[in-house]
Amino acid sequence: MKTRSLTKTIVAALMAIPLFCGAVSAYELTIPSFDYRTGPYAPNGIPFANGYGDYLLMLNQRDGGINGTKLKLTPCETAYNTKRGVECYENVKNEGDSGAIAIQPLSTGITYQLIPKSSVDRIPIFSMGYGRTSAANGKIFPWVFNFPATYWSQATVFVQYIAEKEGGMDKLKGKKIALVYHNSAYGKEPIRTLESAAKKFGFEFMALPVDHPGQEQKATWLQIRKERPDWVMMWGWGVMNQVAIKEAASIRYPMDHFIGVWWSGSENDVLPAGDGADGYLSGAFHQPGDNFPAHDDIKKHVYDKGMGLGDRDRIGEVLYNRGLVAAMWTSEAIRKAMEIHGTNKVKGVHVRDGFEALDVDEARLTELGLPGFTIPVKITCENHEGPGKVALQQWDAKAKKWSLVSSFYDPLRDITGPLIAEDSAQYAKENSVVPRICN
Amino acid sequence: MIYRETGQFKANYQDDQALFPIAQDRYVVLAVLLVTFAIVPLLLNQYWLNAILLPFLIYALAALGLNILTGYCGQLSLGTGAFMAVGAFSVFKLMTVIPELGFIPLVILSGLITAAVGTLFGLPSLRIKGFYLAVATLAAQFFLIWLFNKVGWFFNYNATGMITSPPMTLFGVIITGPSADPVAKYYLVAGFVAVFALFAKNIARGRIGRNWMAIRDMDIAAELIGVRPLIAKLSAFAVSSFYIGMAGALYFAVWLGSAEPTEAFDINQSFLVLFMIIIGGLGSVLGSFLGAAFMVMMPILLKNIMVDGLGTDAALAAHIEIITVGVLIIGFLIVEPHGLARLWRIAKEKMRLWPFPH
Repeated sequence: MKTRSLTKTIVAALMAIPLFCGAVSAYELTIPSFDYRTGPYAPNGIPFANGYGDYLLMLNQRDGGINGTKLKLTPCETAYNTKRGVECYENVKNEGDSGAIAIQPLSTGITYQLIPKSSVDRIPIFSMGYGRTSAANGKIFPWVFNFPATYWSQATVFVQYIAEKEGGMDKLKGKKIALVYHNSAYGKEPIRTLESAAKKFGFEFMALPVDHPGQEQKATWLQIRKERPDWVMMWGWGVMNQVAIKEAASIRYPMDHFIGVWWSGSENDVLPAGDGADGYLSGAFHQPGDNFPAHDDIKKHVYDKGMGLGDRDRIGEVLYNRGLVAAMWTSEAIRKAMEIHGTNKVKGVHVRDGFEALDVDEARLTELGLPGFTIPVKITCENHEGPGKVALQQWDAKAKKWSLVSSFYDPLRDITGPLIAEDSAQYAKENSVVPRICN
Repeated sequence: MIYRETGQFKANYQDDQALFPIAQDRYVVLAVLLVTFAIVPLLLNQYWLNAILLPFLIYALAALGLNILTGYCGQLSLGTGAFMAVGAFSVFKLMTVIPELGFIPLVILSGLITAAVGTLFGLPSLRIKGFYLAVATLAAQFFLIWLFNKVGWFFNYNATGMITSPPMTLFGVIITGPSADPVAKYYLVAGFVAVFALFAKNIARGRIGRNWMAIRDMDIAAELIGVRPLIAKLSAFAVSSFYIGMAGALYFAVWLGSAEPTEAFDINQSFLVLFMIIIGGLGSVLGSFLGAAFMVMMPILLKNIMVDGLGTDAALAAHIEIITVGVLIIGFLIVEPHGLARLWRIAKEKMRLWPFPH
């Protein structure tokens, strides 16, 4: 019928486009960037996407790519929507000569969708510090990497921090800890861990869901005012973070007893609450700020040439640095893959091996212009979570700056270990995955 | 012109009451079926099958379902997302409990479960009408999604509340799960849509469909001429929910593969399907397809043209896309408030009279 013939014409036209554009070019590595610069999660999505893209552009400009092979950044707008994310994935997975070589979905929902597809399409997923926690088990999830730490590790670190402030693990008994969470797969991640920690250490745990997008939280905070938990944790994202911090400030909840996950601790989240947000805590695995040599290189090679993706004065924000560190680890994995396979023309299947052999220590970080920026990461066949270490950072509303206020804690592996084993075994059973042997 | 019925004489009642009384219509439908089943899978790549045609067909099935209720029977519903969720969660539970039954019966069974739930939520329609009924179905939307998010039994006590479709085969070919063959998935969904679109077309022109339309046009008059509102309205709710439930089951099991209730089946889903039938044409089977095509393909098409074709920045393209789709919706509603199906009908009339329009 009419629309069908129209569609077919456009199909033909679209299929013809690559014929014109991609005729002659050197081998490029397609690195998709799942952005969200629209929708209720844009305040957090934009700085991450800028950091991720700027670092890769900087590599192209400064070094001509990785070992001379150019990187092709391919952005796709997901609006944090799972369906659009899947469409982006289908669109980008065979793009260019290399195909997508590593996916950074930047959404737990999209990660869950892509985990089963990744092993079929042979494209590694690097869900950095988010996504499915049990993917830390590399025997069952060979294609998924969630280093440097998972949500469950982070939850146990928060429990340790609280215990330290209260004066010891035994002081947790009888305390009341609330979790304000985004009512989705993402927000529900830490619940099991906190429940088993509550059982082990004898604190009372209450879970308070906030529905997407999280603009309406009056009832949640009224309940917190009524129940008066000693500590509040938050697993929020996007506009939910700002609203929660403002609500907490308005009920005068002590900010230094309010800890956000590392996705709830950026400048965008605390600035709207003004002075009220002073002292708010959040998880972190890298430094804030733009005083590293890598940042100078980005300014020099990208922004001075007018190619920067964002505003120059927002370089070094927490989420910008998060995107930067994600790009750094991805590019190191590509470098490793080239080294292992002895070719510059790597594909997703090779980069997976690169991720699995990844070893970025302090010396390498210094070489990369990021001394002391983050924790050393070493990935093995069975452990895709890496170190699992988490620190806490605190917001100073007067100086408008985040700074790390604790050392890096080790997670309580006796809590997370059995949970990871149980959850990954369930996945293996449901999807008939045979665990591989690691030697 | 080619499209003219001159010379097509109908010698008996059977011919006169045929599904497509005009020969050209029959040829067009047959040609579309031929293209759908024989040519499209050969012609299109995985991206087109997985990311564009699958959602289009599944949404077309959902739009067909809502069109039965809203377009034919005149009962406004905002619970489509929730009814799709009922279908999805039914098929998930059935797939994990009795997978040996086979995938197609399970999808039909989950359609039937949804029909039962839909009938239950259709009961208020006997007392409340119009916008007030829309509010009652809105309650279904919020209640059911809350239920699926809250009660662990529905998602097999998974830690994150997500449901994931286990791999299943049909005639030895994998049709759900990550290693499913895109062509097989396409055939399965296209088969479902073709069979049930034909069924809808038939049901709508028969006694039941006429009862629905009588209720839609004026329920008191319909009651006076002997249409029983209880049966007519509830059967519309049941049939409509049956379709929407099957669409939800396919949406989850075949297309998405895993889903969480709050995102995959939220209120936007209900509005999306409602927009499809309003833009496509209320009370028209063809309209359901046109509306679904418009709402599913237009954004992706715009995105692909702008980002891949013209090299626009992805974020800018996303904003332009939002604006364009909005403007197109308003534009269409001003130019043709009866939807795309009506445009097609006008075009058909014109062609029949051509070249002597008066």
